[in-house]
This record gives sequence, C-alpha cells and structure tokens, in this order.
Amino acid sequence: MMISQMNQAQLLHWIDMVSFAVVEITEYLDTHPCDEEAMKYFNHYADLRRTAMRAYAEKYGPLTIDTANPDNYWQWASSPWPWEGGNC
Amino acid sequence: MWNYEKRLQYPVNITRPNAKIAQIIMSQYGGPDGEMGASMRYLSQRYSMPNRKVAGVLTDIGTEELAHLEMVATIVRQLTKGLSAEELEAAGFAPYYVDHTAGIWPQAAGGIPFNACEFQSKGDAITDLFEDMAAEQKARTTYDNILRLVKDPEVSDPIRFLRQREIVHFQRFGEGLRLIQDDLDSKNFYMCNPEFDPGCGKQSGKSNR
Repeated sequence: MMISQMNQAQLLHWIDMVSFAVVEITEYLDTHPCDEEAMKYFNHYADLRRTAMRAYAEKYGPLTIDTANPDNYWQWASSPWPWEGGNC
Repeated sequence: MWNYEKRLQYPVNITRPNAKIAQIIMSQYGGPDGEMGASMRYLSQRYSMPNRKVAGVLTDIGTEELAHLEMVATIVRQLTKGLSAEELEAAGFAPYYVDHTAGIWPQAAGGIPFNACEFQSKGDAITDLFEDMAAEQKARTTYDNILRLVKDPEVSDPIRFLRQREIVHFQRFGEGLRLIQDDLDSKNFYMCNPEFDPGCGKQSGKSNR
C-alpha cells in the first residue's frame, strides 16, 4: 500500500516499522562502520522514514518539531500524547 | 542535545487495567535493572570513553533506553488509569497510591526508590562495558520474570519487544568491548586504563580510528 492511501493508524504503524529499522541499523553501524550493505539498508529506510514523517505531519500533525509547519493553530501540544493509547 | 518524537518506539494499547501487574512492571521504570538506570548508565559512561565508535554505541543505545523508559511508563499508566482508590487498594497498590496517587514515579516493584547506585560509571572502558553487558542480561531476566507473571497479551506483547532489545544491545556492547580490547596490548589488557592513562594502548594516539 502506498503511504498516501494509509489511514492514520496504518501510517503510524509504518513509521514505527521503518523507524525501528533505522534505529537497529544505526546501532549496528556504530560497531561496523565499513559495512556497505548495512549503509545501503540505512539509506533505504532513512529515506522511507523521512517521507512518511512528512506525510504524517501534513495530514495528522507533526511527530517531530522538524516536521511541524504551523499555520493558524499549534497542533504539537494539543494532539494526543503517545501514552494516551488508542493512536495505533 | 535531544529531540522528542511524539510516538512510542513500539505501540502500547492496554484496555484492561490491572494495578497488580502495574506494580510489577514499574520495576523496569525505576528498579535496579530498569530503563532509567540503563539510559543514565550509558549516557553517563560515554564522556570518558576513549573509542569514538563505542561512545556512539553508548549514545545511541542510551537514547533508545529513553524510548523504552517511556514505553514502560505508558504500560504502568494504562494499567492504572481510571481505577478507584478501592480498586487500587484491592490490588495491593495502596502503599504506592498514598504517595503518588496514579502518577508515575521511579521505584522498584518492592517500593525501593530509584537511585544512582543502581548503575556505575567507573571511568574504565573494560569495567564499564562488562557492566553494560551484565545490565542487559539482568534486564532480560527481569522481562522474562515479568512474562511469567503477565497473561494479558496487550501487556506481554510490548514486554516481549523490550526483552528482545536487551539481547541485541548485549551483542552491540560485546562488539564494543572487542573494539576496546583491539586497541590494547593483547598480552595484558589491564596494563593501563585507556580512559585515564595518557598514551594507553598498543598504538598510542590511534585509539579513535
């Protein structure tokens, strides 16, 4: 499924998955800085993550300050916090 | 510095409150092998770590532990949210409730408050990395113990994710230890302390490669 077709829960789940891949390969690369396959993997998932984070911010509000683009209302602190549940 | 991401590392959606289980899981927030100690341990140790790659592992794993701390707090919050004082008391939660109501505060399952003596930052690379590997195993055992007590799949699913991360981090710290040892004299790793003694290592001055 293209991310443009995903609902909020699906898009957040996708962000969780690609972000996990980035965290995992980051820690691996810290101790394997010459592994070119791993760097390809990093670049692939980091790009998917950037795209998904931007798409999420546009439709549902920012998950990071870097993707916040406020217009007439400051969503950052008024959309649900992650511990509230029911977002996924 | 740090940036916040407004999501959990792995989803937590608990629909059946259970203060008895909250009391147990709370230990991974502020207990002896919990995520608060884990993040503070790694983030504190990195400043004097002589090998930059190992400082990177400490930074990135220490950061991930902060995300785990948030997941554990979320589990405790969702397990206690909406319960009455009577329901909390019936679950054995009254001693916590009287001091913290349903707020999140770092303590062990048995009520012992979090304190910095639950981790070390020894200023010796080999010592610290062995501590880090042991810490990951201790946290893994704690999650195994929690999984024996928790039957609700909404709770055990994120706990299994956290348990798995302990195993991966043990592997990364083991690699870090090897990187440190590679920089030292293989005939005696303990000739000097690479975090303290100037010029310590088999190739003096190149330990940051």
